[in-house]
Amino acid sequence: MEEIALHILDLVQNCVEAGASEVSITIAESRHDNLLTVTIRDNGKGMDAATLATVTDPFFTTRSTRKVGLGIPLLKAAAELCGGSFTIASQLGVGTTVVATFVLNHIDRAPLGSIADTLATVFAVHHVDVFYRHEVDGQEFVLDSKEIRQVCGDTLNHPRVIQWLRSYIEEQEKQVGGEQ
Amino acid sequence: MTKLREGEPEIRIVVAMGTCGIAAGAREALNAFMQELAARGLTGVSVTPVGCMGLCDREPIVEVSAHGGRTLYARVNAEKARRIVREHVEAGRVIEDWVTRN
Repeated sequence: MEEIALHILDLVQNCVEAGASEVSITIAESRHDNLLTVTIRDNGKGMDAATLATVTDPFFTTRSTRKVGLGIPLLKAAAELCGGSFTIASQLGVGTTVVATFVLNHIDRAPLGSIADTLATVFAVHHVDVFYRHEVDGQEFVLDSKEIRQVCGDTLNHPRVIQWLRSYIEEQEKQVGGEQ
Repeated sequence: MTKLREGEPEIRIVVAMGTCGIAAGAREALNAFMQELAARGLTGVSVTPVGCMGLCDREPIVEVSAHGGRTLYARVNAEKARRIVREHVEAGRVIEDWVTRN
């Protein structure tokens, strides 16, 4: 993937397939620790220990139509290739948490990319609620789709609402600084 | 996005958003669809995701169900997406050069 934001979009897809109604996405950038940490937590159906042990294997997938599943292995490889780490924890009936850590200034680290495009896509096509937080050295930008839904209700995925959301997120991301 | 209107959407745009689709640019195609639909004020069009269709070499793949037919487009980038909205969704003309078969 050319952007970390694309990995995030791909993983949210997994959350939705797992039946999650809420996904929490946190990006924490610390120049002091030279780390960029992405945490994605959902309240989907979760996995048992045996399934969890196989999800980083590219030849495991929950789909029956094909025999490969590359989303999680790709993120794991991306994190580990630039001196970072990858962990996944899950509990049946509770949900799944994925944490990918990247060394911030590693030459092989993909750029964070467009969070605005990723979140706009999620809101355009999924009915899942997203709590998003991006911290950069103490500054932060928080977006809670539940708050937005209180205002615009079921029209969150209307093209015009999506356009507004994308430019709002873009603006806020610029303000919080950090990786673009 | 069809919620502003009652009833079933008349036109469906399905974007393949498996890992292969996302890596190939499905997000850019999808955002271009949303932008063009908003810009042209089109309603009654649904945009939905689907997983990998097994056509990974031709991603981003987009299926348009409109005007009584179903069309599969291959390698849909943002520019192609905008043209599909104008020519296929709005004017009802299938862009044959971009059609693929599964």
